[in-house]
Amino acid sequence: MEQLLLLLIFLPLVGALATALSGSAAKHVALSSSVASLALTLVLVCNFIPDASTQFGINFPWIPELGISFHVGVDGISIITVLLTNGLIPLIILAGYQHQYKNASAFYALILFMQSGLLLVFTSLDAFLFYIGWEAALIPIYFICAVWGGKDRIKVNMKFFVYTIAGSLFMLLGMIYLYLQNPAKNFDIQAFYNLSLDGTQQGWIFWAFFIAFAIKMPVFPFHTWQPNTYKEAPAMGTMLLSGIMLKMGIYGVIRWLLPIAPLGLLEWGNTAIILSVIGIVYASIIAFTQKDAKKLVAYSSIAHVGLISAGIFALNQQGMQGAVIQMLSHGINVVGLFFVLDIISSRLKTNRISELGGIAKNAPQLAIVALIIVLGTVALPGTNGFIGEFLLLMGIYQYNIWLAVFGGLTIIFGAVYMLRMYQSIMLGKTNELTVTFTDIRGSEKVLLYIICVLIILLGVYPKPILNLSEAAVQHLIEQVSQKL
Amino acid sequence: MNIIITITVTALVVLYAGLFKARKALLPITLIGLLTSLAFVATSWNTSQVFYGMMQMDNFALAFSGVTILGTLFIFLLTQNYFSADSENIAEYFTLILFSLAGIIIMLSYQNMSMLFIGVEIMSVSLYILAGIRKSDFASNEASLKYFLMGAFSTGFLLFGITLIYGATGSFDLTVINQYLVGNFKEISPLFYPGVILLMIGLSFKIGAAPFHFWTPDVYEGAPTLITSFMSTVVKTAGFAAFIRLFTGTLAPLHDFWLAPLLTIICLTLFIGNVTALFQKNFKRMLAYSSISHAGYLLFSLVTLTSDSSNSVLVYAAAYTFASIIAFAVLILVKQKTGNDHFDSFNGLAKRNPLIAFVLTVAMLSLAGIPLTAGFIGKYLMFLNVMKDYQVYLVSFAILNALVGFYYYFKVIVAMYFKEGHELTLEAPLQYKIVMVLSLVITLFLGVYPSLILNLI
Repeated sequence: MEQLLLLLIFLPLVGALATALSGSAAKHVALSSSVASLALTLVLVCNFIPDASTQFGINFPWIPELGISFHVGVDGISIITVLLTNGLIPLIILAGYQHQYKNASAFYALILFMQSGLLLVFTSLDAFLFYIGWEAALIPIYFICAVWGGKDRIKVNMKFFVYTIAGSLFMLLGMIYLYLQNPAKNFDIQAFYNLSLDGTQQGWIFWAFFIAFAIKMPVFPFHTWQPNTYKEAPAMGTMLLSGIMLKMGIYGVIRWLLPIAPLGLLEWGNTAIILSVIGIVYASIIAFTQKDAKKLVAYSSIAHVGLISAGIFALNQQGMQGAVIQMLSHGINVVGLFFVLDIISSRLKTNRISELGGIAKNAPQLAIVALIIVLGTVALPGTNGFIGEFLLLMGIYQYNIWLAVFGGLTIIFGAVYMLRMYQSIMLGKTNELTVTFTDIRGSEKVLLYIICVLIILLGVYPKPILNLSEAAVQHLIEQVSQKL
Repeated sequence: MNIIITITVTALVVLYAGLFKARKALLPITLIGLLTSLAFVATSWNTSQVFYGMMQMDNFALAFSGVTILGTLFIFLLTQNYFSADSENIAEYFTLILFSLAGIIIMLSYQNMSMLFIGVEIMSVSLYILAGIRKSDFASNEASLKYFLMGAFSTGFLLFGITLIYGATGSFDLTVINQYLVGNFKEISPLFYPGVILLMIGLSFKIGAAPFHFWTPDVYEGAPTLITSFMSTVVKTAGFAAFIRLFTGTLAPLHDFWLAPLLTIICLTLFIGNVTALFQKNFKRMLAYSSISHAGYLLFSLVTLTSDSSNSVLVYAAAYTFASIIAFAVLILVKQKTGNDHFDSFNGLAKRNPLIAFVLTVAMLSLAGIPLTAGFIGKYLMFLNVMKDYQVYLVSFAILNALVGFYYYFKVIVAMYFKEGHELTLEAPLQYKIVMVLSLVITLFLGVYPSLILNLI
């Protein structure tokens, strides 16, 4: 049981190797590997005691000369992200089942390699290790998007890559600074928490970390890489980016930024919230005007993430708890949305809203599941989106009522553009293009049903998930407030 | 000493073997000679022998000897069919490289300024010939002449610097010079300061740091690719080791004095190297310019003088050497097939040659400094070193430069994987495969587990 986490992190790597060598059976091998990871995760969750402590800790020296250890462990917050990662990867791999990717073995191996990197990010308790995981997750997704993407992929992905790595290098600079300030000369997270830096130092640390995380999420004005990257990426790449990868940024803020630089937060937190709220409004307005459904969802994702980020920086129990649960919900919903769009585009070769219409007539099942996913995204009560966004808004409300008003616009705007998109794609008259549309089948059905069940289940009964993270969130808030 | 003797004797034996037309025997003899000297490196470890106050085989010298000899060994393995296309008499190629290596070992272990000068000259004279060894090739001749003129020029600086320091201290011996500095710190002779600056200029010429870099791109491009790979990896490492040996040890008391010119050189080197590399359409020329920028990162080790400085240079130099050898090996293969070294020649390479494309990708990631490769650890150590002095602006500047670096290193990855191209299959001889795979293993191993050489020196 002690080595469970180690197994969890390295199993995808083994799976990646097996997938790379498996030739034509690649997708089956990849799926089995990811399902095995999911099973292990469930074991982990069942054995997890929902208190504020870090569990399943593993700590051994890796590069002792430089004070770097392989130190991992999970607490109530990271277990949610681990669950998200390992829960979504099998779904994402399943989503690719109807596709014939060339060089499929490399494609699936990269996904599993990325999974290892993501798990490292979410469990790492050593700053250097965190950085390694951060980059290890980036390289595979770069190749996934740049090899298997659309026609503008090279330029778009270069921008994406340079943006993210620029942020992360400044984060590394911040980490080196903390390391040098640390009398024990190591990268241990607890030692970083215990540092006593003055306001100016923490202000710099805040920005060094914030930019990296803001680019990843992305928060306005660091979002410009995102819509085009989502659009040009292959469907599975988009799902990985939006479903899991952007949570790296959110998680980074919770795990590293807030506890290490609380005074920085005191000084700059307001700026961060205002940027997030600007992002919400800005992305929502742009989403209205999008003609491409994939880009519309990309912008809506910026709006949702803006709300999550604002909720975190408000620094209270509700906001933080909402952020944690919303990470999970947003991951499920956005993967579902992109999968629906992928089904449409792989049949009709287009995602332009104006060219579609009346799909519900030929594909009633798709229309129903898509409706459930859309309702989850617009946070209808009873779906998973509601509980998270409600908590987030409550948190922001406690911070500042006007920001909450603007933040609340996401829900209204979101409902309008999402339902409008749904209407023009699914309802209305069929045209020459959509008249031949066939309903979902096989793996598509399995995947979409699972997503719908999750949306409703989490919406009706979110308590188990909230329980998992509650103590950890409370502990975090106390820890940060003490230092203020 | 036995290392230098082994290398020199090997060089002579190879020359005689060439005289008796024993062409098949050349490579085995060379390899045996180099492996023997590697064995001597291992056995002399921790002994720190001094030879009449002229040379000291301390762990610093031995560690760098190990890297340079191994690098040379790899380059020799790449000679398969390379020189024989040019000329019937390939023995002199082998001999000259070996002589140059002997000079390098002296540069790594000098304990006396005169030995530094002799080492630099032994190395350089062989390289002047090697750069121009394609007698009928115009570019090769140009490279040789340029290299010779610039080299002679820089040697002049070096010699002048040594003379001035001799004038001030009355000795060539590094220990005596250091004692002079420590003992007369308040009243150092005014001759000494220009001497230090001239030495710095002379050595900057040798490592191709800006603004003394103008010879590098033309020489690297014009010289035969294999010689270029030798110059930009092994020779560069040696130049750095010589630099470090002088400045971190002997001249350390004057750190405050030479820091300002050093920072100027670093910033110029990083900026010029990176920005010009960005606009290159030719892979070989890009490597030449990027090697200038690597010189900038390597010089970081001199900004803060700690006991870790030489170790960081060793890691960086090893990472850079082996990644570059991969790049040059692939370049030679591509050039043999397509006849040019343009980026476009790499288009669509991954389709038919997945292994070569993968190895080159890892090499480029390492040169760019992506985690889990040796290059990242090297860059990290350099940043850490400079941050110890809280030179945040310098590191931020370096980070911006590193970003530019990603852009041009990824150009070749983009070409190989994402662009459609002529579907050519490269025929890599076994020796090429061995070199590439070994370099790959070293690159990844140092990236994942650098502890092995972190406390070597």
